[in-house]
Amino acid sequence: MEILKHALSANALLTAFAVVGLVMWLSNAISKRLLFGRVHGSAIAIVIGLAAAFAAGLWTGGDKGVVDIPVFAGIGLMGGAMLRDFAIVATAFEVDVVQARKAGAVGALALALGTILPFIVGSLIAVAFGYTDAVSITTIGAGAVTYIVGPVTGAALGASSAVMALSIATGVFKAVLVMVGTPIVAKAIGLDNPRSAMVFGGLMGTVSGVSGGLAATDRRLVPYGALTATFHTGLGCLVAPSILYLIVRGIVGG
Amino acid sequence: MTISGVALLAICTLLGGFLGDLLGSALGVKANVGGVGIAMLLLIAARLWLTRRGLMTAGVKFGVEFWGALYIPIVVAMAAQQNVLVAARSGPLVLIAGVAAVLVCFATVALISRIGKKGETMDEIEAKARARTPSAGEPTV
Repeated sequence: MEILKHALSANALLTAFAVVGLVMWLSNAISKRLLFGRVHGSAIAIVIGLAAAFAAGLWTGGDKGVVDIPVFAGIGLMGGAMLRDFAIVATAFEVDVVQARKAGAVGALALALGTILPFIVGSLIAVAFGYTDAVSITTIGAGAVTYIVGPVTGAALGASSAVMALSIATGVFKAVLVMVGTPIVAKAIGLDNPRSAMVFGGLMGTVSGVSGGLAATDRRLVPYGALTATFHTGLGCLVAPSILYLIVRGIVGG
Repeated sequence: MTISGVALLAICTLLGGFLGDLLGSALGVKANVGGVGIAMLLLIAARLWLTRRGLMTAGVKFGVEFWGALYIPIVVAMAAQQNVLVAARSGPLVLIAGVAAVLVCFATVALISRIGKKGETMDEIEAKARARTPSAGEPTV
């Protein structure tokens, strides 16, 4: 057992490839045999991943999902920012330039709305839960944009750590919801072409949520959504602690 | 050569990340602004340039497409390391704010997608592409 553990941990990335490969194979089998293709195999695989992260969190008490279990440390490298960005960029090879250019203006509109709408929703709910100071309201509102915009804004404005935690949790929860919810609502919101995928990427924002959700819906839409989503966090970090904060302060006063 | 495709992809990703950081600091933001998006645009430009020059060999293509094909497993690995426990346990404010923000955004996507003429679906685009090049097969997932 110890020798096996050593072999798996010493080759962490290879262990990750093997484990994820098995999960993918299992998910595709479930999709085909049990659900008759109604739910995409990648959607099932992502849900299994999230469920494993939940179980690992209960078991280890850590905050990095299965990565806190030493044998699975390679999953951290495989699903980390470096390889994630590398693979997202690679999908650009499939982008149809004509299609992307057609959706350019509407993508920019989606980006603007995707920052402002969640911010308003998050801020209103913060107010409804009794927060009255502009810093806390802005930080929680920013968390509803993405889980990176939240803490960046909170740090810039000097929010309390409890508010920061709420803000991050809101963003993470949103990302998880987008991953799981996208394949379910895809048909209803017309998510079957490059144009709506770019609108979707700009509006939902969270790169992990968008890329996971689109992957589970239709792998071919991923590059279009990722193309706009990647500008979302930067835009949010730019406007939330500045313009949006000033507006909130103007409304609630200090 | 396959490695030239992998190298091309790595150069685009690194350069995009660098330019995104530069853009971020120029705007006074503590974040990378559009690094992945810039890298994607660089890769698209490189693809067009290489194709025009006739330098797009099968090796280069394979080196890039291999990583594109590994995208979904990488997303699964990413999902497995989220702090799902905290997100699920953080109480009603987080639940309500998350659900409301996502619903509003989904509704807006539906709205904008219906403005203007409906775009071609991926299936239609692929059917057209296949009509032009009869040998092109389904992309593998």
